[in-house]
Amino acid sequence: MFDLTGKTALVTGASGGIGGAVASALHAAGATVGLSGTRVEPLEALAKELGERAHVLPCNLSDAEAVTALPKQAVEAMGSLDILVNNAGITRDNIFMRMSEEEWASVLEVNLTSTMRLCKGAIRGMMKARWGRIVNITSVVGATGNPGQANYAASKAGVVGMSKSIAYEVASRGITVNCVAPGFIATAMTDKLNDDQKGAILGQIPAGRMGEAEEIAAAVLYLSSKEAAYVTGATLHVNGGMAML
Amino acid sequence: MSEVEDRVRKIVVEHLGVEEDKVVESASFIDDLGADSLDTVELVMAFEEEFGIEIPDDAAETIQTFGDAVKFIKGAL
Repeated sequence: MFDLTGKTALVTGASGGIGGAVASALHAAGATVGLSGTRVEPLEALAKELGERAHVLPCNLSDAEAVTALPKQAVEAMGSLDILVNNAGITRDNIFMRMSEEEWASVLEVNLTSTMRLCKGAIRGMMKARWGRIVNITSVVGATGNPGQANYAASKAGVVGMSKSIAYEVASRGITVNCVAPGFIATAMTDKLNDDQKGAILGQIPAGRMGEAEEIAAAVLYLSSKEAAYVTGATLHVNGGMAML
Repeated sequence: MSEVEDRVRKIVVEHLGVEEDKVVESASFIDDLGADSLDTVELVMAFEEEFGIEIPDDAAETIQTFGDAVKFIKGAL
């Protein structure tokens, strides 16, 4: 339905469940994809699976210099950078009264500050091209809060506020900046939960099931398309009705 | 008229769609030539590309007029 032929997309956290699904969906729509992440092996495996039009661009998002260099590397590998999907994120959960400065700072650094750096690097070329799509993956938790995740929720809410501000500034250049906020998605991380934990989670979800990574990817694909040109500064909540925002 | 001035003027005229004779030394990009703040960022990017130089953000903020741009670029070449 959405055609991204000739477009180039950089996806961070492509070694994870959601990032991999996003990269696959954009690739299936015709885009050339740059797969970024810290773990090279799963990136290589995904690139092999996708075949042509897939480039592996490893990057440690807590390394400021490496992050700044990443958009340039993406342009060198793919010729341009039309679509940026900031998907990578980390958690360092702890109840707030026990949360260390280090737990706070590391989550803000990777989830918020590296997203800022990547946006800055990518927008340069997008301004010149008068076309660009930035999709930041946030979380339902950024809107609702979650015990044990003050740092993570703050980082994701921060990304939403930043995205809206950037969206204002670059809208006249044909660049849109949006967020996709997943609820509970079945990934390697949620596989580790026991049945009681899963039951408690499912009780909060009107849809009665966890989401699939492909359902997040579909939202990202839409926001990356030319059809979504008039959607900017928005957050698309994909959470089975868990929080109707 | 120097070659640098001509090249800078050409970029300004093309980017902001203004008449060439409006682009005088004291012309402010924002106040006289109708640029918005994002246009000034794009102009700096275009200067960097045209002349193969790097204009750091703190220097870019001091480039307010056509004359400022020419002076900075001449100094950087």
